[in-house]
Amino acid sequence: MVEKVVEMELPVGEKLSIIKNRILPDSCEKEYEETGMLSKKLPRIALVTGIHGDELEGQYVCYEIARRIREQKENLTGIVDVYPAINPLGIENAVRSIPTSDMDMNRNFPGDTEGDPTEQLAAAVVADIAGADFCLDVHASDIFVKEIPQVRVSEEFSERMLPYAELLNVDMIWMNATATVHESTLAHSMNLLGIPTMVVEMGLGGRINKSYGNQVVDGIFNLMKKLGIWKGEIAIMQHPVVSTDGEVEFIRAEHVGIFLPAIEHNHYVREGDLIGEIVNPVDGTVRERITASRGGLIFTLREYPVVTHGALLARILV
Amino acid sequence: MYIKDLYTVESLYRENMVVKGYQFGKGDKAACIIGSLRGNELQQMYICSQLVRKLKELEANDCISSGKEILVVPVVNAYSMNVGKRFYGVEQTDLNRTFPGSSYGTSTARLTDAVLQQIKDYSYGIQFTSFYMQGEFVPHVRMMETGYQNTSLANLFGLPYVVVRKPKPIDTKTLNFNWQDEMTAAFSVYSNRSDEIDENAARQVVAAVLRFLTRMGILHYESHSGYISHVIKEEDLTDIHARKGGFFRPFVKAGEEVRYNQECAEIVDPYEGEILERIVAPTDGIIFFAHTNPLASENEILFRLIHRLHE
Ligand SMILES: [Zn+2]
Repeated sequence: MVEKVVEMELPVGEKLSIIKNRILPDSCEKEYEETGMLSKKLPRIALVTGIHGDELEGQYVCYEIARRIREQKENLTGIVDVYPAINPLGIENAVRSIPTSDMDMNRNFPGDTEGDPTEQLAAAVVADIAGADFCLDVHASDIFVKEIPQVRVSEEFSERMLPYAELLNVDMIWMNATATVHESTLAHSMNLLGIPTMVVEMGLGGRINKSYGNQVVDGIFNLMKKLGIWKGEIAIMQHPVVSTDGEVEFIRAEHVGIFLPAIEHNHYVREGDLIGEIVNPVDGTVRERITASRGGLIFTLREYPVVTHGALLARILV
Repeated sequence: MYIKDLYTVESLYRENMVVKGYQFGKGDKAACIIGSLRGNELQQMYICSQLVRKLKELEANDCISSGKEILVVPVVNAYSMNVGKRFYGVEQTDLNRTFPGSSYGTSTARLTDAVLQQIKDYSYGIQFTSFYMQGEFVPHVRMMETGYQNTSLANLFGLPYVVVRKPKPIDTKTLNFNWQDEMTAAFSVYSNRSDEIDENAARQVVAAVLRFLTRMGILHYESHSGYISHVIKEEDLTDIHARKGGFFRPFVKAGEEVRYNQECAEIVDPYEGEILERIVAPTDGIIFFAHTNPLASENEILFRLIHRLHE
């Protein structure tokens, strides 16, 4: 059942709405449609995506979750709330932030019911998710670097979240990811409210990688089974590598130019292997050769060719 | 005056972006003034340019105290200004949300780190900045409640208001917060608007900075003593929201006094021109902030009011 979480009038003849699809076991649908409530308490998962308008991998995840549930509705034993577009204007305009304010939606949580429009939207999303047994926020890196399917957990909640993260069929769990986990995010705010929340990162902004999507969807069904939301068959799960900040090597550009990778994403490199070159199209010279300072898995690799000093080229899990 | 290059950003197809500092006097690092960090902070850069002109004149007349040094950085983010973007670089990051930065981090982090390293040793830091909402302010000095803030120093600018803001997590990434963290007494000075030049407001802010520098013993300059500032806490401001979306037709401006129930604005139907909503003042007070975009969404903050204050 598609519901409006919140709606807000834009200046010219349009309402901005954040929607969710509440998927219920068949036996409960009628009661919920008539009363808007359920007499019996069911376990509930909130599946959230589209906070960043340039990240689209979650669109496939939402589609595939809803599709698989519909095919085997008899196996659904709890509530699945799918929030496919927390920043609908961003998605529709191919921009990361909220186009009306230029603000990063994921720096506005937990929001404020008395605040500006963005804070009010954020507060409405938080209030709607509150009460869920679990929340999963699916991200897709950005348009610059490609990521393998991974869960990122902040230090504060890492111990509590690790057992859940291991269920998700991702390649990697990045613990204490201080460089990428921020306060004011949805995940941090929900965790502070006591709702276990994890962030999945995978793929590349502006693109959909179906095989990554399927892998994570398998993991989500596994998680739902453990939460008592699903009783169907589960695919065979893989075991993620668990890493902490100290085991992640950041490789950044030290020259400006065009980055040409020499390796494949999601492959292992040895110390000294060539990762790529930064070249100058003007005169046909190589400005920088980038080699692996340590061996390991290239879990992040730059896709967007134009680089300046400091641009992230790769991350290696050593 | 001595011009120094604080940091150079190289790029593939654009001329290098050089962050320039204009140094006046020599000796103790007394005061540093920063203009635009965002590409739409035009008024902020303009004020700095006027300040540079004035300080040149004062230096020529020996009005800078001996052993005191002043640094003015009119613009950090000229690249964005030249293309009409607010944020920086290909990743479009907000410089004023990327402090303290890092010398081995992203392009933006390297820029903010380099700037902070060059300005952190000054005793007083003054930043001309803008608000994330498009609108018009009463000129004021804003301080973050970090525990180090000193509102009696902020009063010395002689601007009508000093606002103290409780930092949210996102504020810890601003220049103001990180400057204070480096033990610089940091002040954010808000002129009325960002995206257009207002000569009167610019003159008022230039005068306020010169007044402050004089009172701190950095300049010898005879200036009007200005206002005795009214100190307000940001959380005490009363927000007036729109309940409808449409055209915004304001009747009052920032700085004006309003009475309880006074009509401050209308929201007009964008198709038929009818009045959809009348916005009235919920209390007596002074308009501290006013929305300026001709369009408004539902829930938009149209005005922020200093509750029960009279002119
Ligand atoms: Zn994201």
